[in-house]
Amino acid sequence: MSRSGITRTVIWAAIALCVGIVVFAIIAYRPAIAAVTRPDPRLFDAALVARGANLARLGNCVSCHQAAGERPYAGGYPIKTPFGTVYGSNITPDPATGIGEWSPAAFNRAMREGVGRDGSHLYPAFPYTHYANVTDSDLGALYAFLMTRPAVRAVPPANTMIPPLGFRPLLAGWKLLFLRPQPMASDPRQSAAWNRGRYIGETLAHCTACHSPRGLLQQEKRGAEAYDGGWSGGWYAPPINARSPAVRAWTVDRLDAYFRTGLSTAHAAAAGPMGPVTYNLARAAPADVRALATYYAWQMREAPAARVEPPLPDRRASASQRHPVGARLYEGACAVCHEPGAAMMVAGRPVLPLGTPLHEDNPRDTIQIILQGLRPPVSARGPYMPAFADALDDRQVAEIVAYLQVRHGSGPAWKDLEKDVAKAREEGE
Amino acid sequence: MIDLTVNGAAARVDVDPATPLLYVLRDDLHLHAAKFGCGLGQCGACTVLVDDRPVFSCLMPVGAIGTRKVTTVEGLGTAAKPGDVQRAFLHEQAAQCGYCIPGMMTRAEGLLRKTTTPTEYAMRTAMAPSLCRCGTHMRILRAVRRAAVMRGGGVVDAAEPVT
Repeated sequence: MSRSGITRTVIWAAIALCVGIVVFAIIAYRPAIAAVTRPDPRLFDAALVARGANLARLGNCVSCHQAAGERPYAGGYPIKTPFGTVYGSNITPDPATGIGEWSPAAFNRAMREGVGRDGSHLYPAFPYTHYANVTDSDLGALYAFLMTRPAVRAVPPANTMIPPLGFRPLLAGWKLLFLRPQPMASDPRQSAAWNRGRYIGETLAHCTACHSPRGLLQQEKRGAEAYDGGWSGGWYAPPINARSPAVRAWTVDRLDAYFRTGLSTAHAAAAGPMGPVTYNLARAAPADVRALATYYAWQMREAPAARVEPPLPDRRASASQRHPVGARLYEGACAVCHEPGAAMMVAGRPVLPLGTPLHEDNPRDTIQIILQGLRPPVSARGPYMPAFADALDDRQVAEIVAYLQVRHGSGPAWKDLEKDVAKAREEGE
Repeated sequence: MIDLTVNGAAARVDVDPATPLLYVLRDDLHLHAAKFGCGLGQCGACTVLVDDRPVFSCLMPVGAIGTRKVTTVEGLGTAAKPGDVQRAFLHEQAAQCGYCIPGMMTRAEGLLRKTTTPTEYAMRTAMAPSLCRCGTHMRILRAVRRAAVMRGGGVVDAAEPVT
């Protein structure tokens, strides 16, 4: 190429770059919405606030907008992503550090488009991809609820995103690819409860945020892969569609009881991040919880257990033979509660083979339950299981897990258990 | 034969490796501080330290301990020369019936070995697995705050001052 040819190429490249930057800036730019004076909490209608409280519980908002031991909705909970840690924001009506200066329009834009009042793009750890179909009236109720919470002055820790993702305008590109709201018309072939359950489950409750796999850019996979199982806080959220590995059918009644009490006697207790979900559902409107149960029982209507509930195996002898170390550890650490006839079994807790973790295609949940135990999900009455993270080392936990899978589980033998225990400790919360 | 290090001393016991550590401590080594409460890891009366971490000794198979060091309340001090956690509990008169107190003291010791400047929330979370039926929780928490100060630290956002 001649010298003038190179110069021309460079000039054109520069022009293209400039045009690209301008186009991107136009796409990414969102104006600030003017600050308002914090609305007087006494002016909100009590019934509207109560409706918003119910919606906030269904949406499990507080789980990410409250740090351990801190005030509700004041933010600070760390959400670990492959791209860094995002901290839940303060959504109390504190004007300086919360959303006290946000108008309803600013609130609605944040919920539906993932844009803060100041015009900055919000990270999709805030699941706004789900909120496009939340009705205006429900957003109004949520706004009323949040604006009547006690204002807490609290600034969450700064996000630690890997470069260049700290540059928020880039999120406009992510949104072009993945913020594609589909309208959600009610399905006349289904019941009112089903439609209500779908509305709550797909929007505010954002169940797929944990229960669907994610792609390279952390977008939730949709379509046929929706509800195929995903990851949350170092725990595995199992498939809740036709691929559900549960060995007992998730009927409407069983799901309803699980949501309201944190325990399904035909399955197990809500563990890990599902615990707080049931804590909130237990305090939501029973009809809405029943609607959620209706919709998700339908999602799992073609799961294996919905057709045939298999017998529960107890391969005690072969498990002891193959994993003698695990068998001895189980005997000393687990049997006193879990063995048939043990105190907890007599008290009506589900037997180990009913628990879905032993039938999942990876050992993570079994490992986490041993490491972290079960905090009573809904009330202090339990169920409770002590944590063994400090009592057992990685190899010992791996031995017990291997023993349990042979004795009660299903599917091909889990591999590299010891490594996964170490990973579970690192990722777990 | 299983070799253990308990309160700094070597011990050798001839028991099934699935035996709970609690039974070995009480029956074979005659260390009676750790108590049998529920035997299900629900009450915390049996709590001891294994390598500085509080564990329920009733659910700890003795064969799983390996080379880790076991500490019971007997290892925190003596009646004549109580350790600082014990002195703090005495000062605050934290015991009512006293059955939970060895578990409470080892749990407090485990916390303070990790940090002498916990937050109030971290302290309460650390103490929560041990139950007290008498209801002396407020005194127990005062004792833990006092012990933290005695160790050169203190609960950073203490709900009550140590006086």
